[in-house]
This record gives sequence, C-alpha cells and structure tokens, in this order.
Amino acid sequence: MHKSLRNLILVTLILAMVLSLAACGGEKAAEPDNSTEVETPSRAATNEVNVGIAQDLEDSLDPHLAQAAGTREVLFNIFEGLVKPDSEGNIIPAVAADYSVSEDGKVYTFTLRDGITFHNGDAVTVDDVVYSVSRAAGMLDDGAYMAKDTLKGVVSVEATDDKTVVITLADTNTEFLACLATTNVAIIPEDYADQATNPVGTGPFKYVSRSPQENFVMEKYDGYWGEGAKLDKVTYLITNADSLVMSLKSGAIDICAHLTADQVRSVEDQYNIEKDTMKLVQALYLNNAVAPFDDVRVRQALCYAVNVDEIIDLVVDGNGVRVGSSMFPAFQKYFVEELSDYYTQDIEKAKELLTEAGYPDGFSMTITVPSVYPQHVQTGEVIAEQLKAVGITAEIQQVEWGTWLEQVYSNRDFQSTVVGFDTSTMTARGMLERWTNDHAKNMINFNSPEYDELFRQAIVCTDDAEQTELYRQMETILAEQAANVYIQDLYDMVAVNPALDGLTFYPVYVLDLSTVYYK
Amino acid sequence: MKKRNWNLRIGCCITGVLVLMIIVGIFWTPYEPNAMSSADKQMAPCLAHLFGTDQFGRDIFSRVLEGGRTSLFIAVCTVAIGAGVGIVVGSLTGYFGGWLDEVLMRLNDSVAAFPSILLALVCVSVFGSGKYKIILTLGILFIPSFARIVRGEFVKERNRDYVENAKIMGAGPFRILFAHILPNVKTVLMSSMAIGFNNAVLAEASMSYLSMGVQPPDASLGRMLSESQSALFTTPWYAICTGTFLVLLILGISLVGQGLQEREDL
Amino acid sequence: MKYFTKKFVTLIITLFVVSLLAFLAFQVISGDPAAIKLGTNATPEQLAALRHEMGLDRPILVQYFDWLKNFLFGDMGTSYSYSMSVKSMLAPKLPITITLTLMAFLMIVVVAIPLGIWQGKHAGEPADVAAGMVGQVVMSFPPFFLGMIFTLVFGLIFKLFVQGQFVNYTESVSGFLQYLFFPALAIALPKIAMTAKMLRSSVVQELRKDYVRTALSRGRKFSSVLFVHVLRNALIPVVTFLAMTIADIAAGSIIIEQVFSIPGIGRLLLASILNRDFPVVLAIVVMLAFLVVFVNFLVDVLYQFIDPRIKVS
Repeated sequence: MHKSLRNLILVTLILAMVLSLAACGGEKAAEPDNSTEVETPSRAATNEVNVGIAQDLEDSLDPHLAQAAGTREVLFNIFEGLVKPDSEGNIIPAVAADYSVSEDGKVYTFTLRDGITFHNGDAVTVDDVVYSVSRAAGMLDDGAYMAKDTLKGVVSVEATDDKTVVITLADTNTEFLACLATTNVAIIPEDYADQATNPVGTGPFKYVSRSPQENFVMEKYDGYWGEGAKLDKVTYLITNADSLVMSLKSGAIDICAHLTADQVRSVEDQYNIEKDTMKLVQALYLNNAVAPFDDVRVRQALCYAVNVDEIIDLVVDGNGVRVGSSMFPAFQKYFVEELSDYYTQDIEKAKELLTEAGYPDGFSMTITVPSVYPQHVQTGEVIAEQLKAVGITAEIQQVEWGTWLEQVYSNRDFQSTVVGFDTSTMTARGMLERWTNDHAKNMINFNSPEYDELFRQAIVCTDDAEQTELYRQMETILAEQAANVYIQDLYDMVAVNPALDGLTFYPVYVLDLSTVYYK
Repeated sequence: MKKRNWNLRIGCCITGVLVLMIIVGIFWTPYEPNAMSSADKQMAPCLAHLFGTDQFGRDIFSRVLEGGRTSLFIAVCTVAIGAGVGIVVGSLTGYFGGWLDEVLMRLNDSVAAFPSILLALVCVSVFGSGKYKIILTLGILFIPSFARIVRGEFVKERNRDYVENAKIMGAGPFRILFAHILPNVKTVLMSSMAIGFNNAVLAEASMSYLSMGVQPPDASLGRMLSESQSALFTTPWYAICTGTFLVLLILGISLVGQGLQEREDL
Repeated sequence: MKYFTKKFVTLIITLFVVSLLAFLAFQVISGDPAAIKLGTNATPEQLAALRHEMGLDRPILVQYFDWLKNFLFGDMGTSYSYSMSVKSMLAPKLPITITLTLMAFLMIVVVAIPLGIWQGKHAGEPADVAAGMVGQVVMSFPPFFLGMIFTLVFGLIFKLFVQGQFVNYTESVSGFLQYLFFPALAIALPKIAMTAKMLRSSVVQELRKDYVRTALSRGRKFSSVLFVHVLRNALIPVVTFLAMTIADIAAGSIIIEQVFSIPGIGRLLLASILNRDFPVVLAIVVMLAFLVVFVNFLVDVLYQFIDPRIKVS
C-alpha cells in the first residue's frame, strides 16, 4: 500500500516537472543533453573505491594534532605507531617489530622493524621514532599535541642503538602500549615541515592529494612492510549529510559509514549494510559546573525524564545498546551492565527531584550539538521533546565541528551537548580518566574526590582483577552522580557496495580500508 | 468592459487560504507539531495524518502549519523592519535631498548591489544564527531596497501641486511627508512589500536549508525541506507536501503583488 | 567621457568602501586572529608576541591598506583550517563557479529573450496566457527545491548525471559541462520566467506606441518593425535586470552547489563560514563584491552605447 502510493507520488512529481519544462521552454527540447547517458567509469576495473565522509579533514593532517575522530578515522590508513590495534582489540607490533616490558612495568624496549620505509622512500630510523614519540608527548615544544595527556608519564625516549628505542616511564602504567597504538602517536619523519599539508607516514596507503570541501585521495603504498592494501586507490568524497542519500543512490559512493537509520532505509536495497557498535558512549553531556546542572538532583531528574529506549527506537531504529555510564559494552570486562537500567523513565520522580532542587516549574536549557553528526542532532531533538514532560524547555543549537571543539570541548562554555565519546587507546582508562577533576579534557567539570581517588589507585594497580574492580566502581559513581544523561552505544551502519568485501570493524573508531577488496 | 484582475483574485484566494490555515494552526493543530511517536513512524498520507508522518512519527501536516507560521512570522517582521526604516529614510532623503541624500544613497547602492543571501550569510557568520537574529539580519538587509523605492516616489511627488498647496496652507514638513505624500505612494509601496515579503520567505528558507537559519526544534519550511532530502525515497510526501506549501505561499503573494501593480496601471 | 569618468570614480569608491567594510567585519568583529591561531591555552605574552609578528598591533587603517595591497597582488592569507594559502584553495574552484554562473546566464539569455519576444508578439493569446501561468509557478520555486527535484528526476530516475560524482574540468571538459547542466538549469529556470515576463511586458508597451503605428502605416513589415525598433527599446530595462541577475546567480550557486555536491566557491564559502575560517570568507566575499560592482559598472557603460539619452544626472 505504502509502496504503490509512493510510486504514484513519484510519477506525479515527474509528470509535473516534465510538463512544466516542456511548456515553459520549447527551445530546451533541442538541447542535446538528454540523449547521451553518463558513462560511469568502472571503479572496479581500476581497483579503486569512493568513500563518502560527511566532514572534511579540517583540523590538521598532522597525525599528532588531529583532533576529530573523523580525521583520525581517515589518517589511520596513512599512519602507524610503534604498535597498532588489530580488529580483535589486540595490540600488535607495527613500526616496531618487537617489544619487551621490564618487570616493574616502567621500561619499554622497542626493536625497529627491518626495511620499513616512509611514503617518501626514506628508511625509518630510530631518530624518527624518538622524535615522533617525544613530539607527540609534548616534550619538544608546547604544541597542541593530542597525546600529551596520555603520554604524561614518559620520562625519556632514547635510542640505545640503531635498532632499539627505550621509553622510560615515571610510574607503572599497564596500559601504556595501548596509549602508543593510536594515530596521535604515529611515527613520522624527523624534521619534515609539511606534515600538515602533505602528510608522510608508514601506513598501507599514502597521501596523494586533497581539495578542500571536495575530496581526499590516497593510493596504495607499494613499499608497505606488511600485507598491504588490496585496493589501488581510495578517494574520500566530502558529501554533506543532506545529499548523502542521493550520492549513494546514484552510485557515486561505494562505502559510507555512520549512516542514520533513515539513510539506511533509503539505500538498503542497493547496498550491503554492515553494522557493528561504534564503541563510544553517546550521552547528553552536562556541564556539572553551571546552574542548574551543578545540582545532582537536577541531573538525576534529567536521567529520569528521558526515555532511552524511545530514543534508540526513533533515532537509530533500535540499532543501539543502552549504556549507563562512560563505558561501552564491547569492553566486556569493564562494562557494568546493571548500570544501564539505573535510571528508567519516571516522570513523577523527575518532577519531585526538580521540585526539591528548587525548579518546580522546570527551566530552559540549551543543547549544543555538532551539526555534522545527524545522529546526535536527532537525539538532541528527541531529548528536547521528552524533557517537555517535566517542564524543561530545551533549545538546540547546532554548531559546526570547529566551533564545538572550541566552545564546548576547549572552553567548556556550554550547558549540555549530545556527542559520543570514544577512546583512541582501547583502555578503560581512556574512557574514564577524562572525568577526573583536574584533567584537561574534563569538559563536563565532573568533580568527585572519591572518583579521583579510585582512579589514582587504578592506574598504579598491577593486579588485573583488582584494577578492573576499581574501574567498575568509578563507572558506578558516574551513574549515581548522574554525571551525564547516558544514552547508548549506537551501531555504526556502513553501506558497502555489494561488489566489495573484506570490511572489518575495529574496537576503535577507525575505518580500515586496507582489507577491502573487489570480489 | 472592465478587465477582471485575475492575478489579484487568485493570489488573494491562495494567500488567504494558506494564511488562514497558518492562523488556525497557531491555536489548533491536529497533533502537537513536535510530538514524537515510535508507533507512527513514516506513515504515508492517510485520514489520521493528512500529509503523513516523518521518521520520528511527527505529523507532517501539523509541522507544515508550524513551519509556515515561522516562515510567515520571519517574513512579516523582516518586511516590517525593512519597510518601516526604509520609508523613514527614503522619504526624508527623497523630500529634502542634499548631502545626506547623496551619502545615504551611495551607501544604499553599495549594500543593494549585493545579493541578499550572500550578505545574510556574512551577517550570520559574524553574529550567529537563530530565529531573532535572522529577522534582524534580513530586516536590516531589506532597508536599502525599500528606501530606494520610497525615495524615488518622494522625489517624483515632492513638486506636485498638492504638496505646494499643503505648503501654502502652512503644513509642517512631517505632515506633508506622512499625511499628504505617503498615501499617494501607497500602491507602489504595497506591491514592493509583496515582493519583499517573497524575498524574505525565500531568503529564510534558503538559509534554514543551509542550516544557518532557524534552529530545531523550531520548525521552518526550509529546514523541513532540508530534512526531507535524505528521506526522499522512504517518505517522499514529506518533501512534496512541504515544498508545495512553500511554493504556493510564494506564488500566492507574488500574484497579489502583481495584481496590485495591475490595478494601479489600469 | 565625463559620464565615464564619474562612473569610474564611483566604482573605485564603492570597491573601497565594500572592501573596508568586509575587512572590518571579519578582522575586527570576528575576534583576534592571533588568539584563534594560538588556541585557548596561550599566555598573554605569547599572544602579544604573535600579535606583533602578525602586525595586529598597528592602527586598523594601516592594517587595511597592507591587507589590500597583498590582496591585489594575490596574497590572500592562509586558511586556518587547511594551513594552505587561500589563493591556492580558491584558484582551482573559481573556474567551476564561474562556469556554473555563465552557463546559467547563457540559458537565461538564450531561452528568455526569444520566449519574451514571442510572448509579447502573441500577447493575450491562449499560448501566451498559458506560458505566463507556467512562468508564474516556476518563479515561485525556490532554486534549492528545484535542485532537489532535478537530482531525483534527472539524476536518479533518468540517470543523466551521477549525483555526487562531480567531474572536474581537469578530467573531462564535456563531463564537467554535463554535470553542471542541471544545476545551472535549476538556477536559471526561475530567472528565465522572470526575464521573459519582463521582456514581454516591455515589448507590449512598446508596440502600443505611436512610432510603431506610423511605421506600419508606411508599409513596413511587422517583423522588421519588431526586431529593428521595438526590440531595441524593449531590451533596455531587460539588460539592467540581466546584469543584476549575474550577482543573483552567483549567490544562487552557493545554495545549488550544496544541493548537487559541486565543490565550487560557494561550498567553500559555506564551510568556511561554519568553521570561522575568516581569511577564506573574507577573500571570497571581497571577490564576489568586486565582481558585482564591476558588472554594475560595465552595465552603466554599456548603457551609454545602447541608449545615449542617459546622461549624467
């Protein structure tokens, strides 16, 4: 019934268009353009794919400075660290062929891989490694390097011979390897000044060219040490969210990740839809330092006012998993499942809490959302609607990613925001450390001495079970204190051209194209 | 035989019906425009939902009324600001002339030379977006065109006999300006207001389409159209109903404007 | 000649005012470029040092003239987001937007002028009334809505172009033009309707005039009167309108580029506005402004030739 009606409407629309065209300009019929069909050059023949991305790489192509998850997702294909994550969440050697850890967990010794080269053909030397790690750790200059905080404990990075690099830490850090396995600590050539405009790394793909707001092109790097990419060329097409569906429908794009449920419904007849959880925690993040969210009762009221299941149903068509704290289910060991139902929608209770806190009639608030993420914008819209039931008027302010980074993330000038936080380091620490009181990235200004104390214990703990327990307690505090209105780990839905195969998902937010091939 | 002014009639009919719908929509809509319902997602048009529902199960008919109201509100305010200030500036410069006239008109020409959408974007980039900022931005941008038209009319009228007579009768300049001349340029003003109104509707829709205008949860026709673009295949009625409403609104008002002009020509 | 000189002086003054306004808007209101460059963790000393290095501690007017000089010599600064020179970002995109604008303009001229004349000649006949009605409806379509319909109908159903797979002029000129055809049409269609309507009423008005009757009574052919005398007068207001339209088309392309995923100046402008990449925004706005002012100047000069009656007022 729906289908036939839809067709009817389509046909009417076309007829109307054709009629108006024919009527308003008979001259136009003579134009030759309608006769020839556009030839679609077969990308399969040249072994290349087009990947759609919603957001251009606007922060920096320098891997140590790349801030946005979307940028790191692309750069993952071009850069590698000493070690890197594999699709199962293990950490495997990359630029280093091997490594060893001292008894006390403070000294890490890496052996450089033989014959490994940068994309410019130069061999990777221990000097490059020392330079890269020290630079990323902020030991060379005070640039805005992303890994500065996670590498805080590094005391020295030294080359002991032309194959060996030793990194010494101030304290035991059992998760240090994971901290190295990110694009933000990629190995780059020493004293190469053009990293931001012409990046050079050691990954399976090499950078070819870019055109702002148009594309980003990379090619297979033939000198790669490992198995290497199966595709010869990958072009990222920057396509804004509104016209994305059209570009998929027309076949201009072969792979596109992070689709909304609505976009999936439109293209699922033409594409294989592959999905996996995004490994992030989507929440309505609340600025705990500004009124009214400095009152725990107000935060709890918000948690009670929101219906998470409805959000998951409306925004992602059920393709999401509830979370109750800053941890996603893929980290089975750390994920505390009971917390997911810690708050269930209870309007009466929410109103009671608000009355207690002195807001019997509710209040108005602003939800700032980065407009490049339609999922987050839509979640914001649904939350705004749900909050009306307890008298809270939420206005949504859509901002561009750069503005979000500046205003919300760096300056903490916001009331609330809907985003997803992931971790580039595959550790529980990566998810939980940022909410300790004095952490530079504690955007929400969460302040709990108990939480900070648990974290202090956890990072020096060498017993795995005990450490896990400490992390789980931290999660519980976040839930009890209602630090944020936790929502879900949503599914990443990827549309893939049916002719392609080999796409693998990682436990971190990346899209590895080296494994993709034409069947 | 007097020629029937069909443009005016049809225009008034279309505009009247749409505006009436929007006015009714202020007090009553079939559903709450933002009410979501997971049970009613993406329903095709039917009796319960005249225009169907979107991916959140919101009633599109109610949303179109609400969006139309936002667009109408912004357009009316914009024209009010533009025409209000434009009349004052245009009448003073047109009637008195002099160096002030010269300076203002130079400035006017520089601003008027630019497409309003470009200037609006520039303003948004400096001041930020949102319903009221859009109104202010567009309102200011619309002043020059009104000022120019009004000035032209006042220049034409200022040497007419009735103005001279009024002067002899001892009427003050403001009385002459607003009690004597203004009523005589009413028709020109009305039709240019209709054009301005359309431009305002279009500018707002375009900016909201580029997500630089009205912010959610406020609905506006432009924003709804941009939302509907990715659902063109699953819920085509969303784009069609919203688009048709917008087109009809613009069509109606431009017919009225044209009709008014014709009435003056006859 | 006096007329030309006066117009030329006005042109220079307008360019001056426009660029000064744009410069002030972006350089002053938008915030301190040094602070933007350094981020939020900068110390006041660092800020002062960078401000001095960038020359931001000098008087505004000095800064303006410095910027203007660099701009005229092609140095438009460096983009915040891309660490590239603005010039190298704009250079490959400019031909795209210019082609789109010219194509749309060409369509308007080629379709609207014959249509307008034909309608004027057959004014009042059913075909004219019907064309007028269709034109009225077409005029009411916002270009981005037309664009959406075009991508659906011509892109996806008739597959006349691959939406989203832009063909750059460096790859294939014919593919480039083919991709731009429908975007240009989406911009042109409402303008065609407007221009045709205008020309029609202009022709109708001229045909009523005495000289037409006189010429006809002397046995001249209707068509020769129409094309020789009437058209010449009737086109004058249309030329002004068309010139104004160029600016409108250029602005319309900002939106249309977004709908059709065309990586031209407009898309860059939008993204830069959203990213607060002010060096890019400033360069594009000033360039568009120069274009508009320059076209207006050309029209004024052209007028002198079409209609020498226009004198310095």
